[in-house]
Amino acid sequence: MRENWQSRKGFIFAAAGAAIGLGNLWRFPFQAYKNGGGAFLLPYFVALITCAIPLMIMEYAYGRKTRGGSVKAFSKLGKRFEIIGWVQVMVPIVVMTYYSAIIAVSVIFMVYSLGHAFGIINWLSDPGPIMGMVTGSAESALDLGAGISIYILIAVIAVWLCNWLIVKKGISGGIEKMSSIFTPLLMVLMIIFMINAVRLSGATIGLEALFKPDFSKILSPSIWVSAYAQVFFSTTLAVGVMIAYGSYLHEKSDIVNSAFITVFANSSFDLIAGVLVFSTLGFLVESMGVEFTSFGTGAGVAFIAFPIAISTMSTNVVVQGLLGFLFFFCLFIAGLSSSISMLESFVTASLDKFKISRSKLVTIISIVGFGGSACFASYAGFNYILDIVDAYVGNIIIAGLGLVEVVLISYIYGTSKLRKEANAFSDFKIGIWWDYLLRYFTPLLLGAVVITNLFNLITGLFSQDTVGAVSNVVFGWGTVVIMIGASIIFYKKKWTANAQQE
Amino acid sequence: MSTSAIVMMIIGCGTVWGGAVITIIIALSVEKKKNLANEIK
Repeated sequence: MRENWQSRKGFIFAAAGAAIGLGNLWRFPFQAYKNGGGAFLLPYFVALITCAIPLMIMEYAYGRKTRGGSVKAFSKLGKRFEIIGWVQVMVPIVVMTYYSAIIAVSVIFMVYSLGHAFGIINWLSDPGPIMGMVTGSAESALDLGAGISIYILIAVIAVWLCNWLIVKKGISGGIEKMSSIFTPLLMVLMIIFMINAVRLSGATIGLEALFKPDFSKILSPSIWVSAYAQVFFSTTLAVGVMIAYGSYLHEKSDIVNSAFITVFANSSFDLIAGVLVFSTLGFLVESMGVEFTSFGTGAGVAFIAFPIAISTMSTNVVVQGLLGFLFFFCLFIAGLSSSISMLESFVTASLDKFKISRSKLVTIISIVGFGGSACFASYAGFNYILDIVDAYVGNIIIAGLGLVEVVLISYIYGTSKLRKEANAFSDFKIGIWWDYLLRYFTPLLLGAVVITNLFNLITGLFSQDTVGAVSNVVFGWGTVVIMIGASIIFYKKKWTANAQQE
Repeated sequence: MSTSAIVMMIIGCGTVWGGAVITIIIALSVEKKKNLANEIK
């Protein structure tokens, strides 16, 4: 008997928690900043309506229809398409290996924040040395002998332990319970941080930089591709998560409105993060004379800029430390709710095909996944290989899988049939526009994202030195080859769970 | 802050936050109607 979500609220919190992740915090704000500020919102909204929402409805509806994860769902379209399902669920496992290393840094900073609060170490005003100590340094991705961060290694164990504990308890007993507490808590804490950030002196400088529209950029195709890429990657589509979550929906549950809520919740978090990050950066620009990009456009903002900002919000070290702890706790929750969904994507797919207990399967994957994460705990792994693997797997492969998925489901299963099923018990119905979007518009734009990313990646190879190019080939293409190889092995194994015949 | 930045901030935040609130209200009202119908039965 297949498990079901115990409540609609639990399902939405889990799906929103899966979509909301660490990327929201630094990806959206800087995408908007670099692509026309407020003008970026126009293509962003168009992408939400024409890509994220239609695809979310499609994944929920198809998951519920097939009552299975990606592997079973794709095998229903044709035996040979099962391989697509395996590649799709292999992606989140690879992503989890390096994502866990980033969550691990949040865990380390939580501990250090408590140390700051108790007066053991005063670091929030100058987080650089701590960051350097935690992540170490290496000369290049090939500098594998540079060493390993024992801090990240230990924290990664804690992260995988959390993943293991939650996912082995199943959908209603683990993921739903955890998400029902953590997702609303994350939202409330982030709103409090945002309100506090807007009150800072200099916040308006940051908000002006983020929202001042430069409409001259709106006609540039690159801004549209960036908006579609942002929306697509941010909503955790095409990695089997939403298909798996949809497969646990009750057969008479709403699909359409739940998809709208999930996408809007994720976008709301994007905007909260945008206001929070740029208000804080505006404060630092005014008080320290730095530039908006002085802390980089990625994780550096969270791990360097925020501790500095927090240290100036109060003169009391206890308050500083507790604020720091809460902020990194938010990062930890955002990361963990996404990582459990990634693990569940693979678990659901495997349980559909193989006769194995959930507990045993989750234990095996967690051990293997920890082994992968340990590679990213190395100095070269964290500082170089992580970005390379993310560029190949997190960008190219996911967008490519999205394109294949939308084409296969739309043209083989059929959008009109799926629309009727999605509409059957939904709060409100979608019209034929959804069919047109999935059949023509979304594939075209996802195709543009794939081609642009691939073009940038290949041309980028030529502008690099030998070490950079070799690193890209070894770790980037190497990971892709291993992933596809593993997918072929799983594809060739016999179905032992009888799920395909259900 | 310039007027254009304020307008874009209101449009941006208003659209997604408003969208989230409206869809949640729809879900809650449908749920309420269903519960009421079940009670009448």
